[in-house]
Amino acid sequence: MEEKPVAEKITIGHVHMSGCTGCLVSLADNYEGLFTLLDNYADLNYCLTLADVRDIPKMDVALVEGSVCINDHHSVEDIKKARENATIVVALGSCAAYGNITRFARGGQWNQPQHEAYVPIGDLINVDLHLPGCPPSKEAIRNVAVMAYLLLRGTDEQKELAAAYLKPLMDLAQRGNEACGCDLIYDVINQGICMGCGTCAAACPVRAITIEGGKPNVDRDLCIKCGACYAQCPRSFFNFDVMNQFEAISEAIDAAMGKGDE
Amino acid sequence: MVLGNYKNCVSARAADPAILSASQDGGIVTQLFAFALEEGIIDGAIVAGQGDEPYKPEPVVATTVAELMEARGTRYTICPNVSMIKEATRSYGLDKVGIVGTPCQIQAVRKAQLYPMGMRAVPDKIALAIGIFCMENFPYQGLETMVEDLCNVKMESAVKMDIGKGKFSVYTERGAVSQIPLKLTHKFEQGGCHVCLDYVANLADVSTGSVGSPDGWSTVFTRTKAGESIWGKAIEAGYFETKPIEDVKPGLDLVTKLATDKITKNQKTLDERASFGVGKGLRNPYI
Ligand SMILES: Cc1cc2nc3c(=O)[nH]c(=O)nc-3n(C[C@H](O)[C@H](O)[C@H](O)COP(=O)(O)OP(=O)(O)OC[C@H]3O[C@@H](n4cnc5c(N)ncnc54)[C@H](O)[C@@H]3O)c2cc1C
Ligand code: SF4
Ligand code: SF4
Ligand code: SF4
Repeated sequence: MEEKPVAEKITIGHVHMSGCTGCLVSLADNYEGLFTLLDNYADLNYCLTLADVRDIPKMDVALVEGSVCINDHHSVEDIKKARENATIVVALGSCAAYGNITRFARGGQWNQPQHEAYVPIGDLINVDLHLPGCPPSKEAIRNVAVMAYLLLRGTDEQKELAAAYLKPLMDLAQRGNEACGCDLIYDVINQGICMGCGTCAAACPVRAITIEGGKPNVDRDLCIKCGACYAQCPRSFFNFDVMNQFEAISEAIDAAMGKGDE
Repeated sequence: MVLGNYKNCVSARAADPAILSASQDGGIVTQLFAFALEEGIIDGAIVAGQGDEPYKPEPVVATTVAELMEARGTRYTICPNVSMIKEATRSYGLDKVGIVGTPCQIQAVRKAQLYPMGMRAVPDKIALAIGIFCMENFPYQGLETMVEDLCNVKMESAVKMDIGKGKFSVYTERGAVSQIPLKLTHKFEQGGCHVCLDYVANLADVSTGSVGSPDGWSTVFTRTKAGESIWGKAIEAGYFETKPIEDVKPGLDLVTKLATDKITKNQKTLDERASFGVGKGLRNPYI
């Protein structure tokens, strides 16, 4: 038996704003991995879908899904409270990070026709990291949870690794709260660094991207503004310090999740 | 670090003459995927298949050796192999995906594994990533100009193209060879290649290329545990002939030199981009 590096769990809350719960389903989609997380690393101390805790408590990590309807004062209070009570706020999924499909909301539907304006959470509070995707990948949520644990409870070496791992996601949060397939145009192709790998096309959940003449072509009327394409593009960020250790890091995460290599 | 982390490096070629008949170099990519497919190590591989214009490849998910054979040879133009990486695990239903790609494509695969944002269920399903060495690539129109205008060969009659010893060479089906100095091709290079800091696919499980080994042979690096184990099994099963890299000419010295040249040149480009404008620069993806 390997000894656990530290015994004390962190607390994680799931805060549901104007989301679809698909981000939470993605967390649950880790199946036994979720149990390992909850057994060894984190207590889920707030999650209206799964537990009977009514008010947002103090927590180490808030996984916030959904954007904020500024015409709904409860929502606005909730997001502020989440910021106040959490050490690390994660914009979980594309609605929280970038607005995503709620960018297209414009009111006029029963029975709150005045609920017309939605903003990504980063427009109202400081967000520590973005984890885009619609849905966000289950593996990425798991990685962020494990890394947050190492950051807060690990040895110095583990803290350093976790900080390096999380940095590009923190940089994404600093970069801004707007996303679109146009990011590939502005920040990759127009910058002269697209090399036609096709990753963006694979990442897009609505197949809005095709590679034509070696470069992505975005059907902008299909695009739901999730930001996955830019975030996944190896020419948005590529952190050699972490990527050069991909094998060791994958093994470490597998080991943490009890999936030792046989 | 210019050659990346690796466990072992050899000069090798496929044992199967049928594979060698139309492979680019030692047929390493095709032979290793064929072995992995037969052994159930992968259940398919994303390769550069035939597109609808001559020498314009299209990514395909090959699930048979016949499909792998169709994809042999280097096409010096962009083939977005990573675009199929999620689909391979969806409609194709693969659990153990093989993929071949240039160094940048292998970087994309590893980023998708460590930071999967639009890539659910991809990270655990990459069973064998084979990287091919790459100095630069060309958009299709650039390649067409090089072949048709500069080499005076019709794209449809080309059977092989090769970059080596300072020349770009085109071989035709009727046995002619047309060559131009590599420096004439520089202006057709894809711009995005000029910030690339990887020559020998440092992040692949196994990487291979022609440089360092004699014609018809390949230089092969095994890099990860998975790569080492699959390569070891293939050698044991008699799928490859190998020679120690120290015993072949020009060997690792030339690989190291070319890798260093590429990285030095492209690092300079990155540095210049930082002050490209007046008090303003262009974006650097690595910081
Ligand atoms: C753009 C480019 C530049 C290269 N530059 C160098 C170099 O500077 N030095 C060097 O030593 N080697 C270079 N290579 C690699 C070399 O040309 C061979 O691809 C490699 O040695 C594999 O040969 P093989 O006989 O083992 O493979 P084969 O058995 O012939 O199989 C080749 C495999 O490569 C895939 N492939 C072909 N074209 C592409 C493409 N455009 N994108 C992605 N996959 C493709 C095919 O699908 C096939 O599976 C380059 C390759 C490419 C595509
Ligand atoms: S993922 Fe990035 S580098 Fe790759 S094709 Fe798309 S925009 Fe270009
Ligand atoms: S193009 Fe696709 S991946 Fe990119 S932002 Fe739009 S919907 Fe998302
Ligand atoms: S030079 Fe680099 S960016 Fe260009 S195709 Fe080769 S590996 Fe990709």
